[in-house]
Amino acid sequence: MAENRNVILSAKDVEVKFRVRDNYLTAIRGVSLDLYEGETFAIVGESGSGKSVFTKTFTGMLESNGSISRGSVMFHGKDLSKLKTDKDWEGIRGAKISTIFQDPMTSLNPIRTIGSQITEVIEKHQGISKAEAKQQAIEMMERVGIKNAADRFDEYPFQYSGGMRQRIVIAIALSCHPEILICDEPTTALDVTIQAQIISLIRDLQRELKFTTLYITHDLGVVANVADRVGVMYGGQIVEYGTVEEIFFDPRHPYTWALLSSLPQLGVKGQDLFYIAGTPPSLYNEIKGDAFAPRNEHALKIDFVKEPPYFQVSDTHFAKTWLLDPRAPKLEKPESIQNLHEKIKKMTDKGGAFHVDN
Amino acid sequence: MSTTNEDREVILSIKHVDISFDVGHKKKFYAVKDANFDIYKGETFALVGESGSGKTTLGRAIMRINPCSAGEIDFEGKRISGAISHEEDRNVVRNIQMIFQDPAASLNERATIEYCVSEGLYNFHLYKDEDERIAKVDKALQDVGLLPEHKSRYPHEFSGGQRQRVGIARAMIMDPKFIVADEPISALDVSIRAQVLNLMNKLKAEKNLTYLFIAHDLSVVRFIADRIAVIHLGEIVEIADSETLFLYPLHPYTISLLSSVPMPDPIVERTRRHIDYDPSQLEQTDEKRELREIRPGHFVFATKHEFEGYETKLRGLEAERAAL
Repeated sequence: MAENRNVILSAKDVEVKFRVRDNYLTAIRGVSLDLYEGETFAIVGESGSGKSVFTKTFTGMLESNGSISRGSVMFHGKDLSKLKTDKDWEGIRGAKISTIFQDPMTSLNPIRTIGSQITEVIEKHQGISKAEAKQQAIEMMERVGIKNAADRFDEYPFQYSGGMRQRIVIAIALSCHPEILICDEPTTALDVTIQAQIISLIRDLQRELKFTTLYITHDLGVVANVADRVGVMYGGQIVEYGTVEEIFFDPRHPYTWALLSSLPQLGVKGQDLFYIAGTPPSLYNEIKGDAFAPRNEHALKIDFVKEPPYFQVSDTHFAKTWLLDPRAPKLEKPESIQNLHEKIKKMTDKGGAFHVDN
Repeated sequence: MSTTNEDREVILSIKHVDISFDVGHKKKFYAVKDANFDIYKGETFALVGESGSGKTTLGRAIMRINPCSAGEIDFEGKRISGAISHEEDRNVVRNIQMIFQDPAASLNERATIEYCVSEGLYNFHLYKDEDERIAKVDKALQDVGLLPEHKSRYPHEFSGGQRQRVGIARAMIMDPKFIVADEPISALDVSIRAQVLNLMNKLKAEKNLTYLFIAHDLSVVRFIADRIAVIHLGEIVEIADSETLFLYPLHPYTISLLSSVPMPDPIVERTRRHIDYDPSQLEQTDEKRELREIRPGHFVFATKHEFEGYETKLRGLEAERAAL
C-alpha cells in the first residue's frame, strides 16, 4: 500500500546534536522517516529516546543549543534542515505543520482570553479582518466540541477544564488548516476518560480536514488505537517500524518485545510484571553496536561490537536487530506477548476483565 | 476472595467523612462527601478516580494534612482525625507514610540521598548512634534495590525510577504499618512503572504492609489491588474486590472508566467504543443516594430504585457468566 501513496514529508539520516557545557550530546543518531499523506504515524519510546527532539526538527523548534548536524528533512521540495531564522519558518511552522503539546496549561497564555489566542493565529496566517477571524475562531471552537462557543470566547484558560483547554490547543493548531499535525503526548496530562475523547476528536477532525498526523507517545494502548504505522524509538534511533498490526502482532526487535511485555494490561496478578532492567544509554558517549544490548537479555556478542542494519521483514516492516540476520540463533518473542490478539480478545469479550457492555 | 470481609482485621476505618474547603464567604466546596469504608490489614486498597474527584484529598486526610469537616478516621481502632494528643499525632506520622507521585518534586534537591532517607529517623530519633542510623539507611536502600554507595549522591543524579525508589526507601525506613501511595507511578515511564509496582508488591509481602493506592488508571489497579473503590466528584460510587469490579461493574461511571482503558491491540481497539459518563442518565430525584451492599463486599452508590435496576443487571451478568 505504501508505494502508491504520496510522501508528504521525508526525513533522511537526520542527526541532532546538543551542546551541553563543553560536551556534545547526540540526541538523534541518523533517523529516516517517510510520512505518507493522510496517514497516522506514531512514534513510541521511553523518555529520553529522542522522539520529541526528532519531530521538533520538522518545525524548527529545537532548543537553541541544538542543531541538525547531518541529514535532510524534505517538505514540498524544501529542505527544512537548512532553515535558520524565524522568518525562514514563516508559512511552514504553525501554518503547514502544527504541533499540540502535552500540557495545555503551558501552551496557552494564562492572562489572555481564549478567543484572542485563537484569532491571533488566524489573523497572522490568513491576513483577514478581526471580525472575520472571530467568526472563524468560534466555528473552530464549536468544531472541537466547545458548547456555547460564542459565550466562552472571552473567557480565560483557568475557566476551562484540562480537557477543554486541550481542545482549544487543538483548535489553535488546526485554525490554519495544517497539512501535518504533530501531537506530542497530547493526552498524557489528561484523565483517562478525557484522553479517550481527545483521541477520538483528533481522529474525527483528521477524517474531516484530511491532514497527516504524527503522534508521539509512550503509551502503546494509545498507539493501538490511533496509528496506521508505528516507529519504535530507542537511544536516538528508530529501531523498528511497520504497520500497527505488524508491530503489535509480529514485533521483531527485543526492545519492542520488552515494551509490549511491560504493559500492566498483560500483567497477571500475583506474578511480577516484566520490566526492562538498567537505564537508557548515555548519549554523550559514542554508542558501540546495538544501543539496547546492555539491557537486552537476548543480546548476541555482535550486538556489543557492530551496529545492526535494518533487516526487512515485509514490504512495510523493518527492524534494526542482529536477531534477524540469517546466522543468528532462532528466538521466539516472550511468552506473555505471544498470541496477543487472542489474549486481548479474551479480556475484552464477554466474561473478560475489560469487557464493556454497551 | 476466600475469606469474608467480616473476619478480617480492620486497620483503617473511614467513617462518614466529609472534607470541605471554604470558598469565599460562607460558601463551602465539598471535595469528599460521606466517604465510608474500611481497609483491612495486609491488603492493597485502591482509590480510583479522575483529577478533581477527591482521591488525593482523602489520602491527605488520612495523613492528617486535610481536616475532616464531618465523620472520623480510625487507625487501629483509635481516632486519628480531629484533635488528638501530640503523642498520638507522632504515632500516626510514624506508622502512616506516604509515597508521592513526582519523585523529583518530593525530594529535597539540595540534600544527599542519605539525608533524604534519614530525615524521618532524625525527626523521631529512631537510632541509638550514627552506626545504627547508617545501617538503617543502607538496609532501606538495599530493600528498594539501590546501593549503599548511592548515599552520597543527590536526587538529580538519578533516573525517574531510581528517584521513586528513594521516595519509597524514605517511607520504608520508618517501618510503617500503612502506606498511602498517591499515584506513585503516573510520572514514570512504562518500563519503570513495572519495576516500581513489583517493588511495592515485594515490600508489602515482606513487611506485611497495607497500602492505600491512589490511581486514575484501572489497568494498573487491576494488577496491584485487592479491593477497589471508585470515586467520582467526591462520592464513592462503587466498592468491590478487584476481580468483581472488573467482571461485574455496575455504576455507569465505573463502566465509563473501564471502557476508557486503551488495549494494546489495534484490531480490538478499532471496535472498542468509549462510553461517556453522563450523570443525567441517572434517576433524577431528590432521594439521597447511599452506598448499598448488593453482594457481600460489593457496594454501589444508588437510590432504592436504581439499586433494584442494578440488581436486575447483576443477575443478568451472573447468568451470562454461568453460561460461559
